Amino acid sequence: MKKMKFLSAILLATLIFTACSNDDDTPDPVNEEEVITTMTITLEPQGSTGTTITLRTRDLDGDGPNAPVIEVSGKLAAGVVYDGSIVLLNETESPAENITEEVEEEDDEHQFFYTIGGGLDVTTAYANFDGDGNPLGTKFTLTAGAASSGTLTFTLRHEPTKPNTGLGDAGGETDIAATFDVEIE
Amino acid sequence: MRPYALLILLLCSTISISQNCSNTLSGTVTDLHDGSFLIGATIIVAGTEQAVQTDFDGKFTISNLCNDTYSIQVSHPYCLTKGFKVKISGNTVKNFKLEHHLEELNQVTVEGKAYGNKSKSILENTISKDELERYSSGSLGDALNSLSGVSSLNTGNTVIKPLINGLHSSRVVIINNGVRMEDQEWGAEHAPNVDINSVGNLTLIKGASALQYSGDAVGGVIVAEASKVPVKDSLYGKSLLTAATNGRGSSFTSQLTKSYQSGWYATVQGTLKRFGDFEASDYVLSNTGIFERNASLQVGLNRFNYGIEAYYSLFKNEIGILRASHLGGAEDQVRAINSDRPLIINDFTYKINAPKQDVTHHLARVKAFKKFDSFGKLSLQYDFQRNNRLEFDIRRGEDRDNASLDLQLDTHTLLLDLDSQLTDVIRLKTGVMSRYQNNFADPNTGVRRLIPDYDKYDLGIYALADYRLNDQWLLEAGGRFDYTYMDVFKFYRTSFWESRNYDELFPDIVVEELDNQILTNPQLNFYNTSATLGATYSFSDNYKMFFNYSMASRAPNPSELFSEGLHHSASRIELGDLRFNPEVGHKVSLTFQRDNDTFSFSVNPYFNTISDFIIIEPIEIQQTIRGNFQVWEYRQTNAQLLGIDVDASYNFVKNLHYNHQFSLVKGYDETRDEPLINMPPVNTKNEIVYQNPEFNNIRLALQSEYVFQQNEYPNNNFQVFIPETETIEIVDVSTPPDAYHLLNFDSSIDFKTNKKSTLTVGFAITNLLDTSYRNYLNRLRYYADDLGRNFLINLKINY
Repeated sequence: MKKMKFLSAILLATLIFTACSNDDDTPDPVNEEEVITTMTITLEPQGSTGTTITLRTRDLDGDGPNAPVIEVSGKLAAGVVYDGSIVLLNETESPAENITEEVEEEDDEHQFFYTIGGGLDVTTAYANFDGDGNPLGTKFTLTAGAASSGTLTFTLRHEPTKPNTGLGDAGGETDIAATFDVEIE
Repeated sequence: MRPYALLILLLCSTISISQNCSNTLSGTVTDLHDGSFLIGATIIVAGTEQAVQTDFDGKFTISNLCNDTYSIQVSHPYCLTKGFKVKISGNTVKNFKLEHHLEELNQVTVEGKAYGNKSKSILENTISKDELERYSSGSLGDALNSLSGVSSLNTGNTVIKPLINGLHSSRVVIINNGVRMEDQEWGAEHAPNVDINSVGNLTLIKGASALQYSGDAVGGVIVAEASKVPVKDSLYGKSLLTAATNGRGSSFTSQLTKSYQSGWYATVQGTLKRFGDFEASDYVLSNTGIFERNASLQVGLNRFNYGIEAYYSLFKNEIGILRASHLGGAEDQVRAINSDRPLIINDFTYKINAPKQDVTHHLARVKAFKKFDSFGKLSLQYDFQRNNRLEFDIRRGEDRDNASLDLQLDTHTLLLDLDSQLTDVIRLKTGVMSRYQNNFADPNTGVRRLIPDYDKYDLGIYALADYRLNDQWLLEAGGRFDYTYMDVFKFYRTSFWESRNYDELFPDIVVEELDNQILTNPQLNFYNTSATLGATYSFSDNYKMFFNYSMASRAPNPSELFSEGLHHSASRIELGDLRFNPEVGHKVSLTFQRDNDTFSFSVNPYFNTISDFIIIEPIEIQQTIRGNFQVWEYRQTNAQLLGIDVDASYNFVKNLHYNHQFSLVKGYDETRDEPLINMPPVNTKNEIVYQNPEFNNIRLALQSEYVFQQNEYPNNNFQVFIPETETIEIVDVSTPPDAYHLLNFDSSIDFKTNKKSTLTVGFAITNLLDTSYRNYLNRLRYYADDLGRNFLINLKINY
């Protein structure tokens, strides 16, 4: 019996000790490292005539309840060819982290897709490629046709099948999908 | 031989009056383990040549003894013979206790008896060692699935979570070697961290009546126990190798036990299991491999009146999650669901890539007991568990090899139990439990904590009594009270905090406001009362009726309280609620049983009504930069579950029998007046078994399993706009898959290799017809078929 009493005393002591040894330090916050909060698409007219147009979607709370804020700076001009470039930022970090660099480093695992909808008269072409010559698409050209309006959707796929013929057989998973209302005049 | 010799002795004893003495010695002989009376135990008085046997009540009387000290030997066919010194002074009463164990060594263990019933008024389902060994390469969930009323909530084919009468996760308590598993069991995609090969006996209690373990088992309790070790000099063990074609892998397990007459014993056991990608009937299920490593060690001393045991086990499991199930938003979901085949199919490999889980579970336990003649058996147990769960997602950049989830859950528990046989007919179990738990979520993952850091303190107290009224009636009643205190540090997104109005409801718990997050310190108290009341009525030897009412109260788990964000493996945003109350279930269960060699059956209807039932269901679509996600929110409702489990077995002729199982459960959300999600569909299993003990114990079994389509389910479908096609598509996440039928074959044969060892060779085929099917209770059913045909070979050697 003595042995048992001794043993139980030790066990109890261990329990109490462990329970109390917990310090009350508050935990450190975690800033999401991978989240993309902001995508800015800059459309610069070739030959530096006309206005540069920016399309931007920004979702500062990530998966939180607030929807992304979408802004389009203006209308495209009919017949103009634009050089497009895409910048991805994580603005939950300070200073904001440029995610485009990561995407471009892992170019074989990423691809942007441009989807035109609702009668918008534009055509797009990839302007940068991965090491295997397959499209990456953080840079592209956009040719505005006749005056029209519709939507322009930018989709970034992670680990897509490359090469592919478009979103339909690209597979992978969607890292970004943003639709902008665009007008040509 | 011995009984005959003793019988002769017994016959002779009546005429051998050697001295002029007239005292009697009387008393009983009982089983030390469960206090049951031993019938036919022989008591021999040395020097007088007197021998008697105990009667049907375990009683004996020896007359004509002098006032002297006698050496008395007590023996029983199933027990170790024991000698006692008894001082006779007038008419003396002496009760003997024997260790009732040889039965177990010989593996003629009578189910539920050798281990003692956990609950007196619910029919317990047990899975014997032989059956468990057939699941050696599977998991605990696979083995439990073989019982009526149990199904499983699966994530692929390796994460198998038991579902008892429609309930799972925190509502099912798993007791592993006397220790309540604390292993992040709340998550639907978290499988129990128990090595099936370390389990000697598995008992299922479909209800909360086993109050000695917990009061919050709204669904039920699963008790896994290691095999008992006999008190005799012995060295024995077994090794089991299973190889399977599906997954192209194998599992190897070995166990060795050394025991001594003095009561000391030690068992060491280990399992290694490795499988590559599993296959459906038409394609490889890419990234579904598993790599499991387990070991356990048990050392103890088991004496008649006291004992001590130390136990340690390590469970480590790396599980691949189907690559094609890792998706972005709703647009990806549409593609995946509309495709007949998984979107990603690679060549077979053993390599396990992200997404994957890597779980390590340590369990250490020290237990001691002492039997006091005056008030019963007192046990003290301390256990420590450390669960480290790593989950890896598909990530980008430097974080590629970093876990997205890194949780460490430490739990210390102290238990003090008293088991007393108050009178011949009343038995009382009482006890107290104290527990401390700490969860630490490593911030280095670079992903916001899914489960916050917390400290949890539990205190529980229970009493459970049974009363044998007469030969027909056995009554049982019990109560338990649990107090839980949680001290939590949780970061909320400011936008979520405000959208929930928490800023007005809980301004006091805010510790610090950061840029877009708020650190809070919720301190929660829960008071849970649970109770059970039951009765068993025995009509005759064959028929029995069990009635049980149990009330269970469960405090909300951390996931239900604090979830807030994207759950990648489910492709949805999950939101918990800080304001939840405990849920309280009332379950009434009735079982009518016939137990007979030719025809046995049990019919078990039940009704479970649960107030404040915590359920997660979709509420809206949320836009994020990654596209649209369905938002699933936890809420409390009143739920009702009713169902029936039927088991039957019939012996056509000698060696040939038929087994039948049928389970039906219906679950309704009373508040919304709609069916509950993830209720098991009606299913039935029918099996023909040929087993011939005279011919190398050959066993051939053919089993048919039919699972109906679930026709009652809530409609959680939603719509999403697809820019490529400019169409609005319905994302059908609700419609259950079609009914399916599977055929399984199992066989085994024993060979005596030498006097002490037996080799058992087994061959089995699961999904014999290579049927393509999808299971409503598989969370990955949207993306891929279930397992195709599998050939298994088992080699077991007992030594």
